[in-house]
Amino acid sequence: MKPAAFDYVRAESLDEALEVLRNEGSNARIIAGGQSLMPMLNMRLAKPRVLVDIMRLEGLRNITSSPGSIAVGAAIRQAELLEWPSLDRELKLVSLALPWTGHAQTRSRGTICGSIAHADPSAEIPLALLALGGNVVLRSMRKRRRVAARDFFLGVMATDRNDDELIEAVEFSATNRRCAFREVARRHGDFAIVACAAVKIERGTRLAVGGVADMPVARDFGTLEGSALDDALNAFAYDLDARDDFHATARYRRDLVRTIGRELIAEVTQ
Amino acid sequence: MTRMAAGQHQRIRFTLNGEAVDRACEPRLLLTDFIRHEIGATGTHVGCEHGICGACTVTIDGQPARACLTLTLQVEGCEVRTIEGLADKQGRLGVLQSAFQRQHALQCGFCTAGILMSLDALFAKRTDATEAEIRDVLTGHLCRCTGYAPIVRAALEAAAELRGEIHREVVDA
Repeated sequence: MKPAAFDYVRAESLDEALEVLRNEGSNARIIAGGQSLMPMLNMRLAKPRVLVDIMRLEGLRNITSSPGSIAVGAAIRQAELLEWPSLDRELKLVSLALPWTGHAQTRSRGTICGSIAHADPSAEIPLALLALGGNVVLRSMRKRRRVAARDFFLGVMATDRNDDELIEAVEFSATNRRCAFREVARRHGDFAIVACAAVKIERGTRLAVGGVADMPVARDFGTLEGSALDDALNAFAYDLDARDDFHATARYRRDLVRTIGRELIAEVTQ
Repeated sequence: MTRMAAGQHQRIRFTLNGEAVDRACEPRLLLTDFIRHEIGATGTHVGCEHGICGACTVTIDGQPARACLTLTLQVEGCEVRTIEGLADKQGRLGVLQSAFQRQHALQCGFCTAGILMSLDALFAKRTDATEAEIRDVLTGHLCRCTGYAPIVRAALEAAAELRGEIHREVVDA
């Protein structure tokens, strides 16, 4: 398995990268850490005419903390965010979810924004972004725009990004409220069969689920408890429209959503 | 803007096991293939070619990474180490390699080079890594022979030796 031939641009400025995207549209792909894109290239599921490497752009190598929000630039690797000293305090949920993203050998290269751009339905980083509430910052030659996480993910590896745009950064909402994360996979680091994140919100609890629907999905459960909560979780599990696949049955996935969902909600509300 | 054309050889410079490399390759050439076919260093194995098996793991600037998920042109200016870099100049096995041999931590050996590179990167950071941390690193590798138990034993033994808690003579006796 070898990639089909492509031109390679080692971008020296953001404008250079954006210019290629403007001129080439969907024939161009941004490569950052490459941990999602390279398998697609090797398997020839993607055959771009040109790859634009953005990892040398110093302007994208920032983790910026401002009141209520943490922005992570497109060239920040997952391992770098894991080692960010304030992670545990400012982005607790991300510190819980990130060790489940791939393996140490892929987090060393893969980026935060790259995982968001790839939009795998079972990925942990999109799940955490959705659960916390955050934005994706998109940039093109024409403009910069912010899209809320809940509007960004459209389906399996489908997002609101236009062909001439790249993800410049993602902004996680910072919160010191309680949160919890749990995942079931065949092997730690493999694709999640079900991944759940719970966050305490102003009125009750939000639960976000990955690995079941075509994209991560969040729902607020207010302050429900007892059988009312069980019923609401059951309805959520069915609404996610789980499917049977090679790894697990739909029924097992629904069961995981109910069981883990219940545990996590208890964890953040106790 | 430098646009490196497909199908044409582009200059690439990096350090491989401490030695400068200055060659050329096509943009689409994977680091695995560059190391094996251009350099001729065949210690790095090629398994799944989509990042699952871990056989091709090398270190890039000290971090373990999948060579099959890396384009050669991406490592411009980087420091790459492969299994060939673990033995000393005389070709004697390193501490980690010796522990693998003593503990029978390999059978067919296909996964071994990658595992050694991951563990080498871990112990370069911390020799007091716990068994849980070692097992966490090993989740990035598939071994179909050993069942992992002897690999974990070898890793723990190598770490203890690196901390100076055991000496080779004692273990060999």
